[in-house]
Amino acid sequence: MAESRVAFDLQIPSDVEYIEGVVELARQRCRELKISPAKCSLNIPVALSEALSNAILRGNEATGGKRVRIRAIISDTDLVFEVVDEGPGFDVDECTQDCTTDENLTKEEGRGLFLMRQLMDRVESFRDKGNVVRLTLHRE
Amino acid sequence: MSFSIKKNAEVVVVDVEGQLIVGNRQELKQKVLDELEKGEKKFLIDFSQTGYIDSSGLGVLVSLSKKIREQGGELRLANLNDDLQTLFELTKLDTLFQISDTRERALESF
Repeated sequence: MAESRVAFDLQIPSDVEYIEGVVELARQRCRELKISPAKCSLNIPVALSEALSNAILRGNEATGGKRVRIRAIISDTDLVFEVVDEGPGFDVDECTQDCTTDENLTKEEGRGLFLMRQLMDRVESFRDKGNVVRLTLHRE
Repeated sequence: MSFSIKKNAEVVVVDVEGQLIVGNRQELKQKVLDELEKGEKKFLIDFSQTGYIDSSGLGVLVSLSKKIREQGGELRLANLNDDLQTLFELTKLDTLFQISDTRERALESF
C-alpha cells in the first residue's frame, strides 16, 4: 500500500470568506508537488471550493461557533482532501443531480456536487467525528 | 477579487478580477442589477482576469441572464480561458450563453 502523509490539517470558522485562503493553500501545495497545471487551476480549486461551501452553508448552516476541518493527504498515487463539518451528513449519490438536463440547465442552483464528481476521481461522504466529504484525485 | 464596470457605447462591460465564488457572487449580482435598474440593456462580462468560478458563480450568471432577458436585454460573455471553457462545457452552460473569444468580438456581436 502506498505511504501517505498529511500535507495540511486546519480548521476554519463557518464563514465563506475563508474558502479562498484554504483553496490557495491547497493550490500551492499541489504546485509544489508538480501536479498538472489543469488540476491545480481547475479541478482542485473548484471541487474543494464546492466541498467547503457545502460544509459551511449546508452542513453547519453558516452557524457562528461551528467549525470546518480540512485535511489534505498525499500519497504517491493520490491527493485526498477531507472536509469535515458538524452537520448530519448527506448521501452524495442521492443528492447529486444532473445539471445538464433541459429542466435543470437554467436553474441557479444544483451544480456543486455535480462539479465535484466531474472534477475528482472519487467523492465519498461518511460519518467519522462529524460529517466527512472525501475528495480523491489521482496524481497522474 | 473585484468587479469593475465600464460603459462601451451602449454596452455595460464588467471585468471579473480574481475568483467568482460564493463569497463575492452577490456583489457581482447587485452591480449588474443596479445597471439594469438604471435602464441598461446590453451586458458583457469579461473573464480575461478571472481565476476560477464555482457553482455559485455559475448560478449567478444564469440568474442574471434570466433577469436581463426578462427586461428585454442581453448578457454575453468573453475571454474564457481553457479551464473556464471546460467548466462551461461540463455544465453545458456553453449552450446557454453566447461566448466570444475576445472583448472586441463580443462588443461587435451586439
